[in-house]
Amino acid sequence: MPTSVATQRAMPAALAATGLTKRYGERVALREVGFAAAPGELVAVIGPNGAGKTTLLSILAGIQQPEAGEVTRSPREIGWVPQQPAVYSKLSVAENLRLFARLEQVANVKAVVARMLEQTGLADRAGDELGTLSGGNRQRVNIAIGLLAEPPVLLLDEPSASLDPRQRARLWTFIGEQAERGTAVIFSTHDVQEAERYADRVLVLADGELLFAGTAAELAAAVQSSGGEAAGPRDFETAFVQFLRERGH
Amino acid sequence: MRWLLLKDLTILRRSPLLVALLVIYPIAIALLIGFALSRGPGKPTIAIVNEIPRQARSFNVAGSRLNADEYLPELLRSVNVVRARDRAEARRLVKDGKVLGALILPADITQKLATGRQQPTIDVLYNGEDAVKQRYIDSILKARMADANVALSRRFQEATAGYLRLLLDGGSLTVLGRDLHILGLRNAHTITTGAIAALPPRSPLRTSLGQVAQFGQIAIENLGRSRDVLRSVGQPVRVRQTIVGGRRTPLDTFAAAISVTVSLMFLTLLLAAGLLALEREEHAFSRLVRGLVTRLGLLAEKISLAALCAFAVTLVMLIALGGFFIELDWGRFPQWLLALAAGAVAFAALGVAIGGLAREVRAASLLAFLLSLPITFLALVPSGAVSAGLYDVVRAVSALFPFKATLQALDAALNDADVGLWTPLAHLAALAVAYTALARVAVGRRFG
Repeated sequence: MPTSVATQRAMPAALAATGLTKRYGERVALREVGFAAAPGELVAVIGPNGAGKTTLLSILAGIQQPEAGEVTRSPREIGWVPQQPAVYSKLSVAENLRLFARLEQVANVKAVVARMLEQTGLADRAGDELGTLSGGNRQRVNIAIGLLAEPPVLLLDEPSASLDPRQRARLWTFIGEQAERGTAVIFSTHDVQEAERYADRVLVLADGELLFAGTAAELAAAVQSSGGEAAGPRDFETAFVQFLRERGH
Repeated sequence: MRWLLLKDLTILRRSPLLVALLVIYPIAIALLIGFALSRGPGKPTIAIVNEIPRQARSFNVAGSRLNADEYLPELLRSVNVVRARDRAEARRLVKDGKVLGALILPADITQKLATGRQQPTIDVLYNGEDAVKQRYIDSILKARMADANVALSRRFQEATAGYLRLLLDGGSLTVLGRDLHILGLRNAHTITTGAIAALPPRSPLRTSLGQVAQFGQIAIENLGRSRDVLRSVGQPVRVRQTIVGGRRTPLDTFAAAISVTVSLMFLTLLLAAGLLALEREEHAFSRLVRGLVTRLGLLAEKISLAALCAFAVTLVMLIALGGFFIELDWGRFPQWLLALAAGAVAFAALGVAIGGLAREVRAASLLAFLLSLPITFLALVPSGAVSAGLYDVVRAVSALFPFKATLQALDAALNDADVGLWTPLAHLAALAVAYTALARVAVGRRFG
């Protein structure tokens, strides 16, 4: 799925963040984090637990305010997909989409809802209550809601968590289609293999600090060049763990 | 906000159990209170054993003929009577729980009353298995005995007053079948003063008869006052009631105000707390507040919906109570609406504060329920029932919650109570603002 990263980097950024800093009391959750995402680019934010992934995404989404730093887009221009499906289980698929489309004040609610039902492949289940859907389908509706206003940037907080492999594959196909339409997709994940497979670029966060920004191959190469493993790491996950260890995490 | 309101109404419509509970609960409360108020307390059943022989039921008191049967209805007013043959049957009826108590009128009661010197005794039997029942029967019988004693006392007073009148004014008195003529103090005094006037000026008898005439005058004056003294002895204290700090509120209307306030509280608190907590439980809160709706707007929507639903249900409840069970002043209908609306908004604001703090529907509902009970009990503690210091604490705590102010507003709206409508309405408005501010802080926390 990763496409021409060089081409993407040459395009104007769909989203740029600079010097983002966030503290919870004494603890620094984010320390001067900055990066940019190009239109159509898939950016994975990876790191150990407590690294600051969710904090970074919630600041980009406008849910939290940083102590310092700025984001080039307002929250209204960014689609937000929280980790847990933020949908109403007593409402049907169509009702959920219709409600959020109205709240987003989209121009043609009916057409947008029809389009999202088509894109999610849930047109035949439009009248079903969300509570009766599988986790994968709920997550697709969750993402569809984030895309209702056709935002240039889509943020996803661990979108594939708690999905089975088949549901994951369908989800990533759907996300890939959004990226192909030009949406910059930034997602956090614990699954580094998933990041390697689907992301154009990875951001490695640890203890609120951005340690690495580049492709998965570049990260593996960085570990190899530092002499961490004589024959190079066996896979990306091993390279990632080695990378963190080398930097004291 | 319109779309969120519609969404919440749709969710409520699809939760039939919750809606059924929300509708059935206040109706059940209204029906229970309505029936309780309209039927009034049932008459207690008392067994009675009348051991007075038929020929001894009529007796003389100071020359007047009295009949014990005339006083029995006074004694048995407001109770159902079961006639028992003897003491053993009465005891069995009490023990078996078929009657609350038994009253035994002994055979010598009229004989002792006729002497005017001996005090007869009435036996009362009751079951000690239940302290509440025991106290109930005790208070009923004491009240009835007091009434009977007053009625008898009045007859004794009348007889005594007759004697005094005879002593004062003279007349005839029948003793052992013979009529005796009594001269009377006034006549004696007239004769004495006449005799003194007829005596020669220097007669030595003038001084002695003058003393007799003076004594006669004093006796006439004092016996003349004795009737008032007798009346005072029969009923030493009269009661005059004056209502201070509040008008006389009919018990049934006040009970209706309490039942409506309780229903309003439960409905509004549970709805407001649950609806706000649901936004978090469904993880929609963060999505909503990042530009789609402000936090304050979301709180306002929950407050409006919960207050509107509870307002409608409790208004129907109040109309049903007034239409079928109790007498309400329909001319004060606009005041009812004001009181219900203000109470609903204040309770809803408290509800969203609970929902904001609890974050989960179950926790919010439980917290709302647990909070409701003590604030109801505290608000219903009357002044004087506890020590002055403790009452001040109770009053201060009650003032922090909307129950007492809503009850006062409803009481004022229904009964034109002395506290007036505007003071509790202002109190409720202040509470609504304070709780909304608290809720705003609660939903503004991390990952709000």
